[in-house]
Amino acid sequence: MRLGLMLRLFRSAAHVQRKRMILTVTAIAWGTISIVLLLSFGEGLKATLTAGSSGLGQAIAIGWPGETQKDFAGFPAGREIRLLPDDADLLMRNIPELEAASGEMQTWDAQLSYGRKNLNKRLVGVHPQWGPMRNQVPQAGGRFLNQLDQEQKRRVAFMGNGIAEDLFGDEDVVGKVFTINGVPFTVIGVMKDKIQMSSYGGRDEDNTVIPISTFEALLGRRYVSTMIFKPKSAELMGRAKKRFYQVLGAKYRFDPTDERAIGLWDTAETQRSMTNMTIGIEIFLGIIGGLTLLIGGVGVANIMYAAITHRTREIGVLMAIGARRSWVMGPLVMESLALTSLGGLIGVGIGASIVQALAFIQSNAQSEAMKFLGTPDFSLPVALTTVILLGSIGFVAGYFPSRRAVSIQPAEVLRYE
Amino acid sequence: MSSETNATRALIEMRALRKVYDTGKLEVEALRGIDLTVREREFVAIIGPSGSGKSTLLNIIGCLDTPTDGSYKLSGEEVARFDGDRLADVRNRRIGFVFQSFNLLPQITAFDNVELPLLFKGTPAKRRRRRVEELLERVGLADRMDHKPTELSGGQMQRVAIARALACEPDLILADEPTGNLDSSSGSDILHVFQELAEAGNTLVVITHDQAIAERTQRIVTLQDGRITDDERR
Repeated sequence: MRLGLMLRLFRSAAHVQRKRMILTVTAIAWGTISIVLLLSFGEGLKATLTAGSSGLGQAIAIGWPGETQKDFAGFPAGREIRLLPDDADLLMRNIPELEAASGEMQTWDAQLSYGRKNLNKRLVGVHPQWGPMRNQVPQAGGRFLNQLDQEQKRRVAFMGNGIAEDLFGDEDVVGKVFTINGVPFTVIGVMKDKIQMSSYGGRDEDNTVIPISTFEALLGRRYVSTMIFKPKSAELMGRAKKRFYQVLGAKYRFDPTDERAIGLWDTAETQRSMTNMTIGIEIFLGIIGGLTLLIGGVGVANIMYAAITHRTREIGVLMAIGARRSWVMGPLVMESLALTSLGGLIGVGIGASIVQALAFIQSNAQSEAMKFLGTPDFSLPVALTTVILLGSIGFVAGYFPSRRAVSIQPAEVLRYE
Repeated sequence: MSSETNATRALIEMRALRKVYDTGKLEVEALRGIDLTVREREFVAIIGPSGSGKSTLLNIIGCLDTPTDGSYKLSGEEVARFDGDRLADVRNRRIGFVFQSFNLLPQITAFDNVELPLLFKGTPAKRRRRRVEELLERVGLADRMDHKPTELSGGQMQRVAIARALACEPDLILADEPTGNLDSSSGSDILHVFQELAEAGNTLVVITHDQAIAERTQRIVTLQDGRITDDERR
């Protein structure tokens, strides 16, 4: 087929209706810009929400020792269950599905002193495994607690970025010595800033974390306040939770189906509903953008109708000399697609630039709300959605008008003046 | 002459053919039972006053429209009930049209206009080029190939249209008032081309009310009120 000849035959819509074409392409570009922006912000928001919901830790479970609700093996209900730090090892030994487990002790009013500054803040004693589970990423130059800190009951502390700033100002903190309840501690790391949307005992940025062995010695505690574990994968959470109750139930003599003996918070569940919510938001934003784009599509259909009416006689001639329906429709649909793609290209170009500019502004934003909105992201899924939407709109806008044109008998088309 | 006519095969066979236009409010019966046979190599004129149904008849002969009922066989094949694409193929390969208003596409050259039917037929590029050049030479427009229709005179445009009609070597050449838009000298020019085509063994059906054309054909079919009232062989 001679492409050039076909192009010359059918470029008339653009030729005949220049003004209308410009308006239509603008409408498509406008729709594309709005869909790109909405979806990109959706992506940004999704990233923030995902990061935020995993700020606490990804697919971990947090257990609070409670009271039994069921009689078991001669023991009456209402018995208090208390867990020891060593139970973390017991869990690791007996539950093959586990990747890590850690006890956690806490006090709300540890006295932290540095120079003349005194703060009463939350202090947490944990196993070294707690850090990775709870998404405590150290800033450059620092580290989290390790096994030696635990074994040797070292007086070292990992500090939340908030408390570190409150206590030390903006000094280089790692290596500094300060006191907790009058006992000197060395800072070994500061947590990287993170978005945390859920917590069970203060925000991590305000915590000071020390080895659980040191905590026991410093404050004379025996029992943990919470027990945290993480399965090797999120799918194993169900089995891990069941085994958790069996292992601890065997040791402390409670019914393994008694879920009040130790309360468990499964963050994976929270994350699942969060994921569903973000998908919902994205669909919603996508529909709004899609509707805007649809208006542009109506414009394209309109211009195609006008072009086809204008060319009715020409179409009749082509049909008279033997053009099959597809021969007439193909170029018309192509033309509609070309108009749509032109608008789409302009729209994606402008939209992506706006996204880039906003992303730059966002990354320098200080306000909490702006931070939460996240950095808009013009990602592959956004691009694909836009392309697919534009393609189908262009096709439909060209298909129906051209189908009407070829469904008439050529004799009638030829009579048209 | 008549013995030769009888020896050839029937190209067009119409039996009890009717065409009714339904305008919604009233029905108009444009053709009220046409029986017509045209044999190969015949040169036929269809004449009649306006409103007699001759354009409708031409549209149906040319497969540009379908009859309401009755039978229409083209080379023995019942085309009255063909669908859109099959009719398009019939028009492409077996019928060549020459219209009163030429119906050339204005935005492409004479060469491209003649090439279109070959393109639709799927003729390979090299053969296409050779054929188009040969056709335009035959109608005396070898030096006007790259001109657009607007740069040609009426007579030249009609000759391009004839070249286009001949492109796929059709069984039948159909012309609708081919000299209607031409001055008398271009008109007789075109008539001359038609006569040559007839002598070369083509089958031609011409609709006209120009007596000069009708005079040159071998057979004049007269149409009145949707019926054939006279069929004169000469």
